[in-house]
Amino acid sequence: MSESRYDWAAPWPSTSHGVEAYLDVPRELIPGALAALREHHSARLTSVFCEDRVMTEQCFYNYYVLESPAQRAYLVLRAGIPASDPVFPSVSAAFPSANWQEREIQDWFGLTAQGHPNPRRVALHDNWPDVHPLRKEFSAVAELPFAGEQHVYRPTLGEGVFQIPVGPVHAGIIEPGHFSFSVAGEPILYLQLRMFYVHKGIEKRFEQLPVGRCVALAESISGDSSFSHGVAFCQALETVAGLEIPARAEAIRTILLELERIYNHIADIGAIATDVGFVIANAHASRLREMLFVLNEGLTGSRLLRGMVCPGGVRRDWNREQVVELSETLRQFETEFRDLMDIIESSDSTRDRLEHTGVLPTEQARELGVVGVAGRASGIDRDVRRDHPYAAYRHWTVDVPVYTEGDVLRRMMVRVKEIGGALFLIRALLASLTDGAHRVPLPPLEQGRVALSAVEGWRGEILHWIRTGPNNRLERCRIKDPSLNNWPALVEAVKGNIVPDFPVINKSFNLSYSGTDR
Amino acid sequence: MFKILSKSASTGVVTTRYPETAARVSPLFRGAPKIKFARWSDARPAAEACPTEAISLCDAGSEREVTLDYGLCTFCGYCAEADLSGAITMTNEFALAVRARQDLTLIARYGLNGDGTHQELQSVEQGSVVHEPGQTEAAIQRVAKVLGRSLAIREVDAGSCNGCELEIGALNNPIYDLERLGIHFAASPRHADMLLVTGPVTRNMELALLKTYNATPDPKVVVAVGACGISGGIYGKSYAITGSVGEVVPVDVFVPGCPPRPEALLQGILIAVGRLEQRFLGLRFNNEGFAS
Repeated sequence: MSESRYDWAAPWPSTSHGVEAYLDVPRELIPGALAALREHHSARLTSVFCEDRVMTEQCFYNYYVLESPAQRAYLVLRAGIPASDPVFPSVSAAFPSANWQEREIQDWFGLTAQGHPNPRRVALHDNWPDVHPLRKEFSAVAELPFAGEQHVYRPTLGEGVFQIPVGPVHAGIIEPGHFSFSVAGEPILYLQLRMFYVHKGIEKRFEQLPVGRCVALAESISGDSSFSHGVAFCQALETVAGLEIPARAEAIRTILLELERIYNHIADIGAIATDVGFVIANAHASRLREMLFVLNEGLTGSRLLRGMVCPGGVRRDWNREQVVELSETLRQFETEFRDLMDIIESSDSTRDRLEHTGVLPTEQARELGVVGVAGRASGIDRDVRRDHPYAAYRHWTVDVPVYTEGDVLRRMMVRVKEIGGALFLIRALLASLTDGAHRVPLPPLEQGRVALSAVEGWRGEILHWIRTGPNNRLERCRIKDPSLNNWPALVEAVKGNIVPDFPVINKSFNLSYSGTDR
Repeated sequence: MFKILSKSASTGVVTTRYPETAARVSPLFRGAPKIKFARWSDARPAAEACPTEAISLCDAGSEREVTLDYGLCTFCGYCAEADLSGAITMTNEFALAVRARQDLTLIARYGLNGDGTHQELQSVEQGSVVHEPGQTEAAIQRVAKVLGRSLAIREVDAGSCNGCELEIGALNNPIYDLERLGIHFAASPRHADMLLVTGPVTRNMELALLKTYNATPDPKVVVAVGACGISGGIYGKSYAITGSVGEVVPVDVFVPGCPPRPEALLQGILIAVGRLEQRFLGLRFNNEGFAS
């Protein structure tokens, strides 16, 4: 097979959401293909993952998911890797966004990423024995001994240079991960991250449960994105089944996706204020989030919007009173939100701490494939809601706020603007909410079908990819949380900043550990 | 400055008085399911629908043992939706914190008809699942005496999805304002009297949890939070998970929920230091019958 078989400059096959084009490419051509697609279509490599098909096809498949706003499509390259020769060429040097994901493939499937710049373990820590849990023959419930050595962090050398280890148990009420700061005096020279402390084997777990029970599992990938991950998963099932959900269900889902965005954004705005010592602003922000939690409970029975989305629509319909309650609460929220922003924006010392802090330049953001809020604050004008619309976003225009400065202030301002946009969108959706069914039954799933589903969670692009198996079960479920793309950006953004500013920089990204580690 | 003061003045006091007064809970809030065992003609649809196997069946010949474990339950309501006999209703109850793991489990026995449906209920009893012992009565009194009023808590996420952390964080907001009860979160286990642990305990966090436990001075109490902390919850048995919190460190109080709402967390914390009484006992709630 030769390279000339492929014309990477050609337009991508025309597709709609959930019906992506797949292209089989020999593994040795993958690095060249990705580079050409980036050059011709500004394609961004968003996810790299593997699937074990040894039992049926004697090979593994690596998938490379690319996205191009110009083509308004996702494109999936697939490379077969024979079980007898389990290696593939690494693309991490040219595409840093593949770094952790290629190492996941090494850990979970036992394939070798040839030429990887840092091929050490990532998802399975150093004290794991030599096992590859996502291979089909591996038992999901295996009990493994601790083995191997302790993790060795890269040393930092030089006069007056020292390292500050932090975590995995942090001082605040947050998730676990280890940060090792190399500092010279106060400025940070280099930050090493070690994640996957909360690796729970979720992708393997999806293969164990009947699909009906998997929705609850999808809602538990990352607690603050329960609804987004739930929707992403249900959309994948609906695509496989060729199921159109009712307009009312689409509207309700979209409203709740936006509510999830608002409650997280307001909490982050408060947390950013806290980390520069502006505690009163956080008191109001956390009060406002509580207002939304109470609203969530009245709309879905759960403060975190759980147990609401289901394949085929939503589990509960709303009555007139709930709709009124929703618009009333948001009206009150909006007034209070403006008061809060007025207080924050009139504080010069707050602005002084946020501006020029934790800068992520556009070029770096692009190279790292940064998504979502962090991307838009650094000039990456991408948003799944607008570029690859799903649910009710197909019928509405979404305003995408973009800044180029890439500092903490702009990451906060993106959130502020997005709250405004979300409130506007919810009002529009409520005004045009039609009567009708809120769910339709999901037919039994045909075996061997695949589907990719994308949702713009409040952090950024969430991807779920599934392959159905026999008896209404899944053979593979790949989860890509936006945090997986964005952690390396945090490393870049903190460089040169002082240690006391790390909390506020970290908060301005607010990445999910559980979503990353799965 | 004027804006800040005027906003505070116009906002007024927003703090709840819970637990002195009842929690404000939406009637639509999904709390614990309540099962009328005598009316339950077939447990299979509910067991099939339950994402966490909180309802599990064990058939032996013409007998069926149904185990209901509130420690696994995520209050999702799938069972009530699937059940055809109308025996399951979702209640508003959230104050389910208990000192003994077995207080969260119920076992019902039925004879079976040929088609797998139930004959008349034979018995319902409290689960006898033996788990790690809680504290002795003397230790509880000592903890209450030493830590009784004011308390420093170290929160440990040993593998959760972050849902529990959102609700634990909410305890610091002006509505729940934990500090009004003399309780606060400490940044280090060395300053803490209590570990509030969310789970499941992953293999990669097991050592960190143990070290945190050992770094906490005695006397100390441990509260396991949420379905995953109590039992592993939705994640089940996995190569990547060591188990529940109780399988790694001794647990004094279990707080069910997914995640437990702030009032439920508060109740669990206060029970652990002897400031509140346990209300839930499987078959009984507030000294009234619950399951029947």
